Amino acid sequence: MSKIKPSQGAPYARIMGVGGYRPTRVVPNEVILETIDSSDEWIRSRSGIVTRHWASEEETVAAMSVEAAGKALADAGITAEQVDGVIVSTVSHFKQTPAVATEIADKIGAGRPAAFDISAGCAGFGYGLTLAKGMVVEGSANYVLVIGVERLSDLTDLEDRATAFLFGDGAGAVVVGPAREPAIGPTVWGSEGDKSETIKQTVPWSDYRNAGEVAKFPAITQEGQAVFRWAVFEMAKVAQQALDAAGIAVDDLDVFIPHQANMRIIDSMVKTLKLPEHVTVARDVETTGNTSAASIPLAMERLLATGQAKSGDTALVIGFGAGLVYAATVVTLP
Amino acid sequence: MAATQEEIVTGLADIVNEIAGIPTEDVQLDKSFTDDLDVDSLSMVEVVVAAEERFDVKIPDEDVKNLKTVGDAADYILKHQA
Repeated sequence: MSKIKPSQGAPYARIMGVGGYRPTRVVPNEVILETIDSSDEWIRSRSGIVTRHWASEEETVAAMSVEAAGKALADAGITAEQVDGVIVSTVSHFKQTPAVATEIADKIGAGRPAAFDISAGCAGFGYGLTLAKGMVVEGSANYVLVIGVERLSDLTDLEDRATAFLFGDGAGAVVVGPAREPAIGPTVWGSEGDKSETIKQTVPWSDYRNAGEVAKFPAITQEGQAVFRWAVFEMAKVAQQALDAAGIAVDDLDVFIPHQANMRIIDSMVKTLKLPEHVTVARDVETTGNTSAASIPLAMERLLATGQAKSGDTALVIGFGAGLVYAATVVTLP
Repeated sequence: MAATQEEIVTGLADIVNEIAGIPTEDVQLDKSFTDDLDVDSLSMVEVVVAAEERFDVKIPDEDVKNLKTVGDAADYILKHQA
């Protein structure tokens, strides 16, 4: 039998840089209230959301990703030519093939990187990060762009008072590259397909095509109480497992960056995890809304940009959402 | 040993006080969680999870919506506690 030469990767991987893009248009709760019977107070008390960004026609999934990727590359000190892997997580790119990752790779001026899209809802960033780490350590790529990007305003039912206020648009990106020391911990991830009805697209695209104009355009819908319970109590366990797997005690943690689903979920997770006062908690949902796969890198970028967190800090990141799926890990901030 | 209705109401009052800051004496059998005690749908989930732990009972999501008053919750726990 012939012997196959194994690939040679880096000893470890790290996040080298982060970048974000938020669409120009800021949408306050007053605009949401034009189509639902609710109030600013109700929206704030149930979600903590005050404003969100909605993309214009020009701010496409690819265009927002290119902006975020450019910032992440600059932050990492890496050129586009050095990128040999591009992973894009999104549920709101409406052209299924080819993968939008290839268009983004081309537009940023990367050479011929491996480029593909993944679908893992609000856990997409963690899934992408885990794949990127594997690629760098295994040796199939040196520098991988992981992009979470959404135009959830396209999948929002503006007449649904339970979700109309929730979603926002944007892109967040990180560059994952080689490291001498461990800087991305073991990922605790998984899926619970038996709960697929909890967060879902209302109807498949094929139904919409067949029903023509009589059907309402597909939108994301969820069972609020069930999602809240799962997110707060089940995901706190997963977050704790990720800390344990990385050998990090809560006292040694600097930053907590949960998926920015809803401020109430974030507050209750902090309480359930018994995070000490000194831990900085990302609360980007207030002005960005829920941007699914983009929310963690966007929140990370903002914490670093505003000085609330600093390079070298130890951060727990956890994403969770439609599937249901989840991914949690501990990282060193770039 | 299974809790009595009185013990359950006292326990629920502690939980509602802890989660929503409502005085324990306001938590009475006939009070509606949402209308009288200002416990919104998300806080209700926290109340339910705390009650599950305290009374060793499972309250699935589909049953939560039927627990309108403190009395509904106390009866449910009384019937289903281990």
